Amino acid sequence: MNQKNSKAVGTANPFVAVFKNNIGILGVLVIICAVVTFSTDKFLTASNIISVLRQISINTYIALGMTLIIILGHIDLSVGAIVAMSGTLTVGFIVNQGMPMGVAIVGGLVLGVLAGFIDGFIVSTFRVPAFIITMAMMNICNGIAYVYTGGQSTRINDDFFAAIGMGYLFNVIPLPVVYMVILILLISFVLGRTKFGTYVYAIGGNREAARLSGVPIKKIEIIVFTLCGLLSAFAGLVLCSRMYSGQPSVGDGYELDAIAACVLGGTSMSGGKGRISGTVIGAMVIGVISNGLNLIGVSSYWQSIVKGLIIACAVLLDSQKDRLALLKKKR
Amino acid sequence: MGQTVLEMTGIKKSFSGFYALDGIDFSLELGEVHALLGENGAGKSTLIKVLGGIYQPDCGTIRIEGREVKVRNVTEARGNGIGIIHQEIVLVPYLTVAQNLFLGREIIKHGTVDMAETNRRATEMIASLGVNIRADAMVEDLTIAQQQMVEIVKAVSFDGRIIVMDEPTSSLSNEEVEQLFEIIARLKEKKVSIIYISHRMEELFCISDRVTVIRDGAYVGTRKTSETNANELVAMMVGRDLESFYARDFKDLSEAETAMEVKDLTCEGTFEHISFCVRKGEILGFAGLVGAGRSEIMESIFGARPYQSGEVVLNGKKVSFENPMQAIKAGIALVPEDRKKQGLVLGNSVAFNLTLASLRFYMNGIAISEKKKKTVIDSYFEKLRIKAASSEIEAGSLSGGNQQKVVLGKWLATKPDVLILDEPTRGVDVNAKFELYSVINELAKEGIAIIMVSSELPEIINMCDNVCVVREGRLTGFLSKDELSQEEIMKYAAGGVEA
Repeated sequence: MNQKNSKAVGTANPFVAVFKNNIGILGVLVIICAVVTFSTDKFLTASNIISVLRQISINTYIALGMTLIIILGHIDLSVGAIVAMSGTLTVGFIVNQGMPMGVAIVGGLVLGVLAGFIDGFIVSTFRVPAFIITMAMMNICNGIAYVYTGGQSTRINDDFFAAIGMGYLFNVIPLPVVYMVILILLISFVLGRTKFGTYVYAIGGNREAARLSGVPIKKIEIIVFTLCGLLSAFAGLVLCSRMYSGQPSVGDGYELDAIAACVLGGTSMSGGKGRISGTVIGAMVIGVISNGLNLIGVSSYWQSIVKGLIIACAVLLDSQKDRLALLKKKR
Repeated sequence: MGQTVLEMTGIKKSFSGFYALDGIDFSLELGEVHALLGENGAGKSTLIKVLGGIYQPDCGTIRIEGREVKVRNVTEARGNGIGIIHQEIVLVPYLTVAQNLFLGREIIKHGTVDMAETNRRATEMIASLGVNIRADAMVEDLTIAQQQMVEIVKAVSFDGRIIVMDEPTSSLSNEEVEQLFEIIARLKEKKVSIIYISHRMEELFCISDRVTVIRDGAYVGTRKTSETNANELVAMMVGRDLESFYARDFKDLSEAETAMEVKDLTCEGTFEHISFCVRKGEILGFAGLVGAGRSEIMESIFGARPYQSGEVVLNGKKVSFENPMQAIKAGIALVPEDRKKQGLVLGNSVAFNLTLASLRFYMNGIAISEKKKKTVIDSYFEKLRIKAASSEIEAGSLSGGNQQKVVLGKWLATKPDVLILDEPTRGVDVNAKFELYSVINELAKEGIAIIMVSSELPEIINMCDNVCVVREGRLTGFLSKDELSQEEIMKYAAGGVEA
């Protein structure tokens, strides 16, 4: 009896659980992969797969933080701007200010942490909608990036800095992908296995019940926003390293890609529900769409339209999942 | 009197094979107030929905003034003179009273709404019931009680001859209840018949002419209010004798240690000078009207609401909690009054909810041990007899009674010395109530000090060792077991006696 019960909890096999929980979006991913594979033989090659993984890694760092924020029942529009601010200023610190690289990198990350902390502090203390306050933060961070650089791109010629984003592990796996895997494992553990993670779900699911259950809401909210700021700053660092430069427009649109990855992965916009595995697969879907359209040779203007349509369809399909399941049951 | 306006016979209604109504008879005479009484889940709401055209009965007949009618939708109900005032107010908050009264039947002149005429007619309608509300007031600016009166005016204005009021006093203050009763009296004069749904015994005795009791979807009996008493009605509602329903083993507490003492607790404007003490193994009741400040007192003790002065002494130590987390660690648990809003994360699993408040007991370093959690979950499943397919299903999919057991389990898992129960059986069916009472009795026997806030006088009277009565934020009475009666409690709760 006891054994049977413990199996129902789902501790048996994490891979089976990931598969079962994300069946819808996995289906979408497989379909898109199949369509692209049939359209071009350049897709299903080892080098292309690795390049897709590298492309999605930046979005995934941000989307991991965004998942936590959305589960909390909030949203963070400032992540793209933090990417730009931290990235350009880190490069600037090295090139213009002549700071040692380590100090510059830490400085860039601290900026992201600070922005996230301020977002979280204001949201949790004054109960201002995160949509508004992070939108304000988006403008401020973007502004800082443009003011600092005067709108110009700053080039950096430093092999070590370039290695952060362009290096390889064992000469095969790009470093950004390595970071991605480490971060996914780390955040999954935190969300699924710690008190902190449980509290994130509880706050998003029912704030008042969480409060009365002794959940330190303010602390958790500030930590989550700060973490999201840190992850965004890290994304900015890796991105600028890959581009050998700090460009103030580098983060444009990243907030929307991150939100799209979460939503595709089944994270509920009203809070309380969501999984890291879903977000990662969601980020893959977005990555494969972009990559596939590039390989097929669709112009970037059209890409935007196609991407939008596919995301809309996928989300629509997912939102009707419950209803479909219910229909089956009734029959 | 004596003329029958409404007669419902043999009404049956099933939902997926389960009979919510199993042959109910109900009749209403001209100008009478007929109370419909029953526990939660007894079928009161379903019966009313059948009358209001929201549900179609499987069989049975409805006769209005002798002629058989079919009520297929809300409009037909209105056409037959039936007006239903639901528990939730259904007015548009950002429109005026007059606009609400004429919503959907606006007075049109030259293609636009004639506001002057609308206001004039609305004022007339309101005045005819002796209500004092301006027709051009915004609904959102009105109190709940005033909004309810607007609902009544609206129901009558559709030529309503049968008015159903579903728990109309559940969110009203004492004075507002008086006002409502005056309006009901005025409606009676106008020969309007009223079906009055409430589980507040004392109100029924105030205003109703007859009482019909239903239980588990079946008709139990009808009594003239003047010829019955509260005990008989409660026994009819629960279907057993009261002794075995409220299973409480009272024991002598004179030797029992004090678990918690509250001295002169004050939060200006909400409650003042609250002092009491609760001993190990005691169930201390808190009676009073809704809005008297009982829940607020408990939230303050629990650290969920700030207070200005006074002190709390727990197990001999003076304590003061800034947040619930500290209170939980010190050994206080609070089962809040609204389990959906405050008690449960409905979208998460039963297991998640059961362990949420006690995670610190299941830690293995920084990770949560699933094994330790599982042991606790299993033990509470058994102890509280939670009926769920598994601990992994969503808490929101359970019945009210089982949800309440999960909330209770969540708090027992924190191993409290003092357990505060705020309306522990609200919205729970009879059987779950019975089980909850026996669990609460067990807990008291184990030596937990229990504070039970409840608006259900029968449970206060039958479960508690001592009872504090609260009125308008002050303790107005303290009654021990042998002094308890509905009348005595109401005397202190409603005023008239100064403490």
